[in-house]
Amino acid sequence: MAGGMKMYGKHRFPGRLFVVEGIDGSGKSTQLMLLQKWLESEGYVASFSEWNSSPLVRDVTKRGKKKMMLTPMTFSLIHATDFADRTEHDIIPPLKAGAVVLADRYIYTAFARDVVRGVSRKWVRELYAFAVKPTVAFYFRTPLDVAMKRILGGRDAIKYYEAGMDLGFSEDIEESFRVFQSRIIDEYEKMVEEFGLVVIDATQSIEEQQTQVRDIVTKALEGTKRTRIRRWLDLASLAKDSRT
Amino acid sequence: MARFSFFGEGLPDIDLEELKGKLIVLEGTDGVGRSTHISLLKQWLENHGHAVLDTGMTRSALAGKRLKQAKEGHTLGGITMSLFYATDFADRLENEIIPALRAGFVVLTDRYIYSLMVRAIVRGADPEWMREVYGFALKPDAIFYLRLQIDDLVTRVLQSSGFDYWESGMDMHMGEDMYESFVRYQKWLLAEFDKMVDEYGFEVIDASPGIEEVFERLRTRVMQVVEQNGR
Repeated sequence: MAGGMKMYGKHRFPGRLFVVEGIDGSGKSTQLMLLQKWLESEGYVASFSEWNSSPLVRDVTKRGKKKMMLTPMTFSLIHATDFADRTEHDIIPPLKAGAVVLADRYIYTAFARDVVRGVSRKWVRELYAFAVKPTVAFYFRTPLDVAMKRILGGRDAIKYYEAGMDLGFSEDIEESFRVFQSRIIDEYEKMVEEFGLVVIDATQSIEEQQTQVRDIVTKALEGTKRTRIRRWLDLASLAKDSRT
Repeated sequence: MARFSFFGEGLPDIDLEELKGKLIVLEGTDGVGRSTHISLLKQWLENHGHAVLDTGMTRSALAGKRLKQAKEGHTLGGITMSLFYATDFADRLENEIIPALRAGFVVLTDRYIYSLMVRAIVRGADPEWMREVYGFALKPDAIFYLRLQIDDLVTRVLQSSGFDYWESGMDMHMGEDMYESFVRYQKWLLAEFDKMVDEYGFEVIDASPGIEEVFERLRTRVMQVVEQNGR
């Protein structure tokens, strides 16, 4: 940390940071994956960052969840620790090098779920003061029913903390999940203005959403480095040329 | 009115009215004899009929073990380490310290948020930020700051375990060898602790006399704190 700690919004890096936010089942991860493919095809170096990266911190989080040892406060702090590790390892170095960094969930996820758990709104914002301010933060706005259908249709059982079971909304995990997520949505909606989140209507088709995302990203990319490494398709065509 | 309060934005779901015990902190750099005095105080208080919980840093059930490993591997960055310590502290505060205070125990803690903040600050964390983060901590009833000048500190450390990688600040490349690094690092810590004396109301105790003399002073003051009602 030579040079001291910079606070939110004070970082000036040549790279770009794009983040996606939204409740489970909003389709944000799909959109980010499509964005990454496109960026790479355009020749940008796009690195990816997600929650729970460092093995040491991950072990604590996993164990705490499994044994239900986490309180709202330790839940908040262990995730902030993990996020700090992401920031110091996966986010700042590539941004310094001029790369594009993509993050699936960012500080807004923590703000939403920690506040719903009863942690002070002001305190959790201070806690994350070290974060890099994103170039663009997309919020995939989804009605709860749409998200619920996507989740219940496709994936494994909902987990204890994901459903906010620690908050005692309901004995029924699906009902608890519903109440918890609807409160998370309320928090996201309050943050749209506070942080200037860019809202994407996640009830549109995947293609429509991706087009809107790419338009916004294109504008924000002006002046960003592209790699000289060619994709294998280019290399293959080069090889062909040299043979003739 | 509740006897206890938080420094800033407190913990959710804690009724401060329920906390009846006393929270007493021993602070100071490495080698000032904190743990010796804690165990002496514990025995002595128990002999006088007080139930005592003694606790210290990096001992939480949640994060203690991994935090030690992280320290040994030194692969985590400064902000990450600061928050890892804060997590460990929060777990101990909620699961050990607060329940003991609720039950009317005297809680003796070997270091508190002050050491955690000082160590984070010398590693580049923003002091104002650290203060906000530790806003969830309870204000103690008393903070005894055992203070040794750097020369005495060097002598003590040489007499006991010798220079340790972390206590010499070797992770920050402050000197060519352990001794040089230790002196610079500990001087810096002392300067940061000294800045906190007034702000947090530390009671400074000169740790240079023999153990008996220092303990005598501590014991008198601790008894006053334990026996006084309200604050």
